[in-house]
Amino acid sequence: MIEKNVDIQTVRRTLAGKGGKEYWRSLNELAETEEFKEYLRQEFPREAGTWGEEFSRRDFLKVMGASLSLAGLTACVKQPDEKIVPYVKAPEYMVPGKPLQYATAFVMGGYAHGVLVTSHLGRPTHIQGNADHPASLGATDVFATASLLHLYDPDRSQAVVHNGVMSSWEKFVQSAKPLIEAQRALKGAGLRILTQNITSPTLHWQLQSLLAAFPDARWHQYEPFNADNVRDGMRMLFGEDVMPRYRFDRADVVLSLDADVFGLGPGNVRYARDFATKRRVSGKDASMNRLYAAESTPTITGGMADHRFRMKASDVEVFARALAARLGVPGVAAEHLPVDETVIVALAKDLQSHRGAGVLVVGAHQPPVVHALAHAMNVLLGNAGTTVEYTDPVEQQPVHHLRSLQALADDMARGAVDVLLILGGNPVYDAPADLRFGELLAKVRFSVHLSLYDDETSERCTWHIPESHYLETWSDARAFDGTATIMQPLILPLYATKSAHELLDELFGEARSSEVIVKSFWKTRSAASDFESWWRRSLHDGVVPATHLSPKSVAMKNVSWTFTPVVSGGMEILFRPDPSIFDGRFANNGWLQELPKHVTRITWDNVALLSPATMENLNVRNGDMVTVTYNGATVKLPAWALPGQPDNVVTLHVGYGRTRAGRVGTGIGANAYTLRTSATLWRGEGATIEKTGEWYRVASTQEHWSMEGRPIVREATLDEYRVNPDFAKHMAHRPTEKESFYPPFVYDGYAWGMTIDLNACTGCNACMIACQSENNIPVVGKKQVERGREMHWIRVDRYYVGNDLDNPEMAVMPVACHHCENAPCEPVCPVAATTHDHEGLNVMTYNRCVGTRYCSNNCPYKVRRYNYLQYSDTETKSLQLMHNPDVTVRNRGVMEKCTYCVQRISAARIEAKKEDRLIRDGEIVTACEAACPVQAITFGDINDKNSRVAKLKAEPRSYDLLAEVNTKPRTSYLAKLRNPNPELAAVQPLSRSEHHG
Amino acid sequence: MAEHKHTTLVEQPEPLVSPKETYGSITDKIAGDVLSTKTPKAMMITLAITSALLLVFVLAVGAVLLFGPGVWGNNNPVGWAFEITNFVWWVGIGHAGTLISAILLLLHQHWRNAINRFAEAMTLFAVMCAGLFPALHTGRQWLDYWLLPYPNTMGMWVNFRSPLIWDVFAVTTYLTVSFMFWFVGLIPDLAAMRDRAKKHWQKVIYGILAMGWRGSAHHWHRYEMSYLLLAGLATPLVVSVHSVVSFDFAVSLIPGWHATIFPPYFVAGAIYSGFAMVITLMIPARRWYKLESFITDRHLDYMAKVMLATGLIVFYGYLTELFFAYYSGSMYERFMMYNRIFGPYWWSYWLLIFCNGVTPQVLWFKKVRTNVALLFVISLIVNVGMWLERFVIVVTSLHRDFLPSSWDMFRPTIWDWSLYLGTIGFFVWLIYVFVRVMPMISIFEIKHLLPWRGRKIDTSADAA
Repeated sequence: MIEKNVDIQTVRRTLAGKGGKEYWRSLNELAETEEFKEYLRQEFPREAGTWGEEFSRRDFLKVMGASLSLAGLTACVKQPDEKIVPYVKAPEYMVPGKPLQYATAFVMGGYAHGVLVTSHLGRPTHIQGNADHPASLGATDVFATASLLHLYDPDRSQAVVHNGVMSSWEKFVQSAKPLIEAQRALKGAGLRILTQNITSPTLHWQLQSLLAAFPDARWHQYEPFNADNVRDGMRMLFGEDVMPRYRFDRADVVLSLDADVFGLGPGNVRYARDFATKRRVSGKDASMNRLYAAESTPTITGGMADHRFRMKASDVEVFARALAARLGVPGVAAEHLPVDETVIVALAKDLQSHRGAGVLVVGAHQPPVVHALAHAMNVLLGNAGTTVEYTDPVEQQPVHHLRSLQALADDMARGAVDVLLILGGNPVYDAPADLRFGELLAKVRFSVHLSLYDDETSERCTWHIPESHYLETWSDARAFDGTATIMQPLILPLYATKSAHELLDELFGEARSSEVIVKSFWKTRSAASDFESWWRRSLHDGVVPATHLSPKSVAMKNVSWTFTPVVSGGMEILFRPDPSIFDGRFANNGWLQELPKHVTRITWDNVALLSPATMENLNVRNGDMVTVTYNGATVKLPAWALPGQPDNVVTLHVGYGRTRAGRVGTGIGANAYTLRTSATLWRGEGATIEKTGEWYRVASTQEHWSMEGRPIVREATLDEYRVNPDFAKHMAHRPTEKESFYPPFVYDGYAWGMTIDLNACTGCNACMIACQSENNIPVVGKKQVERGREMHWIRVDRYYVGNDLDNPEMAVMPVACHHCENAPCEPVCPVAATTHDHEGLNVMTYNRCVGTRYCSNNCPYKVRRYNYLQYSDTETKSLQLMHNPDVTVRNRGVMEKCTYCVQRISAARIEAKKEDRLIRDGEIVTACEAACPVQAITFGDINDKNSRVAKLKAEPRSYDLLAEVNTKPRTSYLAKLRNPNPELAAVQPLSRSEHHG
Repeated sequence: MAEHKHTTLVEQPEPLVSPKETYGSITDKIAGDVLSTKTPKAMMITLAITSALLLVFVLAVGAVLLFGPGVWGNNNPVGWAFEITNFVWWVGIGHAGTLISAILLLLHQHWRNAINRFAEAMTLFAVMCAGLFPALHTGRQWLDYWLLPYPNTMGMWVNFRSPLIWDVFAVTTYLTVSFMFWFVGLIPDLAAMRDRAKKHWQKVIYGILAMGWRGSAHHWHRYEMSYLLLAGLATPLVVSVHSVVSFDFAVSLIPGWHATIFPPYFVAGAIYSGFAMVITLMIPARRWYKLESFITDRHLDYMAKVMLATGLIVFYGYLTELFFAYYSGSMYERFMMYNRIFGPYWWSYWLLIFCNGVTPQVLWFKKVRTNVALLFVISLIVNVGMWLERFVIVVTSLHRDFLPSSWDMFRPTIWDWSLYLGTIGFFVWLIYVFVRVMPMISIFEIKHLLPWRGRKIDTSADAA
């Protein structure tokens, strides 16, 4: 770099303006000349390689090297003083090697999900559900568990950025304060605050006091996937701002109107749990609930359905109308029917015969009128108050998100916004395309973006402030049922980051820390006489007592129904959040990118989902690149056939095509937000799809979807089960003990085993991510997944059942190491690296493994995973902190697989030995078992006849996968049952005969 | 027929050594070719090409050592692919040498004397290539020695139940015995080379290698005895090595691998491919060095007959596999066979049937067996066919096994191909370097054949 045109005066000024200790590398840098900025840009481009490339570790290290040199630049902020003296009096609970758990909450879309975070000597290493929290009951979804990776993500924003140049918090405050003061004089007329959906009582309190001081300022909220339609529907029907909350544990008949209640959205984990309690079948005269799904794009909820009706998203309204007319909702008449009339008749009959024990749920993307219709039916059927409860909104200040953002955009376009604080979110990327939010930001004189990543919005704002991860700071949030959680940090901020509370308090208050702010708010709210013990209790439990929202009694208005006109505008287009990376906020999370998406089992990409028939019409194959043009914009992405997808409907998952997500998420997939406008936020008509002639390799983890007539997922109808409860055992020949020359090995201590209830499993992937986090499983990148080298120890297989390619039934099956008693992997290992222990575990000795892969070849379940290359990143400092110290980090050339979380078995064994007792049933909970929202996975000692696992193995539905190979697996399955309505047998014949071959 | 056996003397259609040759001319010709400073031009070209391939080989080995087996196309269901295909293929090729040296020696097949040296060298080099693959295919190649049972501080013993350990023993034994056989057989000729060498360094090298051979009656006596004993020792190895290699598959439970037919079927295949490779390499060498006097068309005819016989056994193996897939009644076995024939790798199966089932049938005709150009082409086809056979067994069985969710495709990468082509380069390079520095035909054993030349001899031994 040539030192030229350096104005010494500028340098002096700049240096004087900086606070704290300064490190600089050249005078150009201090002068912040254009040359230096250009040099910086060239030297450290944002998009320098991604993890998706082959041998990316090398690229990765290069970038890490660059980051290290940049560390000198970022040291503009004086880090807080650190004490490095050892404990004089060690806290009694701090024992090296013994992890601690703390309760806090993961927040997505504003809704809290209570979690317990495992901390090893101050490092959070694993996130699992908080059993005391109503949204969790001990389980998690993929996002909550995977949020751990964001904490340690080396791409997380680490410095304040001013117009693309590193700056400091002090400089930001210096430049912001005068502008805020100027606004104070104007009553805040030019001040706007944009947040995501806010349920945090403390943040709301802060914002309220702010708005009191600046009465003309405005607070806007926007989530790209919001509950606007639900709220509008409720207003339409009840005339007041209430929100529905479902009680699936009380419902015997469930109708889902395009709702993915178990997959995504507030309360999904709890809803799945409640639903599953009605699906636990035991004994001869067992009963179970029945799920109907009227669905457009297949979801895991539709996959669970006993009857799934495939229809366009726009036809769901017509379907709901027909049903409402049949059920006698006043003022509703049926028009044409998207399904056979017998369906409506049978459905109405089933719902009517389960008054107060049926429920209709609607997807948030369906228009308000469908919500109103469904809840009118719920009220008429007596479900209101039993299976569905109406409560005040959880949000402190519920708004119509789209209108809120539009109002802000209008103000910005008028030039009325002088100061804009964007607290979280990424509106430049995810706001409706027609608002042109990114361009409008240029009209704002002073825009601030507080976020975890230096993303698309940060780039367009004058200031970017790095946000503290939720595990680094204090906050609070409310769950889907209103229960509040005070979120406590597990670790000091890794970088000089700020929380939204701190940012607001710095600019408008007293510059207090998050802890002080949150605590002082709750001091005003807590009615307890002894606040300190109340506070500690709330923190410990992870829930604040008495914050649950009680059901309200509501009255139906006399609705004059106006329905969406039915137009046949050609190809319907649907915008849906991605099942793995949601709205794009998880784009830089390698765990989630590599997680096979619900139903499609695709990783690392978004695709244009089309029905097989539509694919034929368009003459495209899987992976053919197509352009989807809509609203004047075009995206190019691969076409993908999805059985169950309605014809002439293209579904695009958003969240891809990020330009500034980080090394993992930038530049992969196509940005479907560019097609999404305010008018067509959820769906639209008249999209055009054209074949480009290119072909693209999509990394799918499952290429074959048929069971080939093999008895893999064994299922029967409830009626068949009642007649023949052990049907699953007769679907394959099972060798008897007598067929061996040798007596069986006697396990006289513990004998570990597992059962997986296929009747409960929804295929939500929670087990996969929990396992990845617990067992230090590396991310391999798209190229390696394409090659079939993903490393997940537990996978969720998805099969289609039936002869109807267009609308097959779906069956999911989690598969991990079966810990066979006759393990085929063991005799073939030349170096005895995989052996059997006396408790029946098939154990891997990583140190001994030379990597011949023979064991994997000989495994009939193909659950062994091989480190074909050096997949584990052992060199990135921040990722080192994340590793579970109880599990070996595997290197290249080593075979690995599910261990039944042997580290947890050991921990329980140590505890039991200390107390001189046996390990209790339920004391060992494997990571997958803990995460499972529906409690499909049970682990325990099968020698203990009273253990849960032994009892489940004694169930007639229990069967061993591939028992005919005589592996004697320790993991067994409980066969799947479906509960079809006999009256619909003519419309949807059940094709299960395939399994009885 | 038996009563006529000893009395039926027939005119040899063609002698095993050309009538032009004398005791002196044989040594002059064979030793002279080695000691001559002239190298045939075609040979130089071959060496140049194979040297280039040798560099590719070095690169391919470097890549897999540096980055791991992930440079290849292997994946989760297909844990073994090219590397094990190549291993089995090379071991198979290495079978001709011992068969020719040991079994044909014990059976008094004198025609073997012209080709045994070459075939033994080929065996040695093929086994070297073969051994590389298992050594390289592990993820942590620097720990390969853990497959050897040696006393160690870890207190760890190898797992003797694993067929891979049997492989280690089988292949190393085979390599050792093959080397001994080859080297012991070379000693009298090395002494001849020592005596004829003109340059000092040549005398020293050949002298050391000749181990003091003076050609005394004692020497000859001991030589004959040890050679016979080695032949006896090597004979079971011809059968055992490939049987053990086949156990790698037969002992597993994967449909398409788990088959009792494998040991005999693999051994026949090995001999088949071994003879094909001898023909492939010998035809050009014979041409370049003008060795038609020693390696006559009759030799080629005999080798073609062995190929035909073993080829038929191999084809019978394919039919047996078909039958048992059906007869087992197992849906997994049946699907495996269906998938081989009609699945995504259908081309490999049909090409295999063409190469190994259809092509050798033309060898029923003597005109084909003695047509050098045609035989060369057929031998190449058989080599390809035998490689495909192993590919079909290894890859198509693994890529679709029990659970359809895990099914995947194997797609070879550039490193798969470069290591395979690299070993071919390495192998051919070694062969032709060997031809250049050692007598490629056993001088003294050819001389054994001279007394029979032109005479009516008992053909009963040949017919055996």
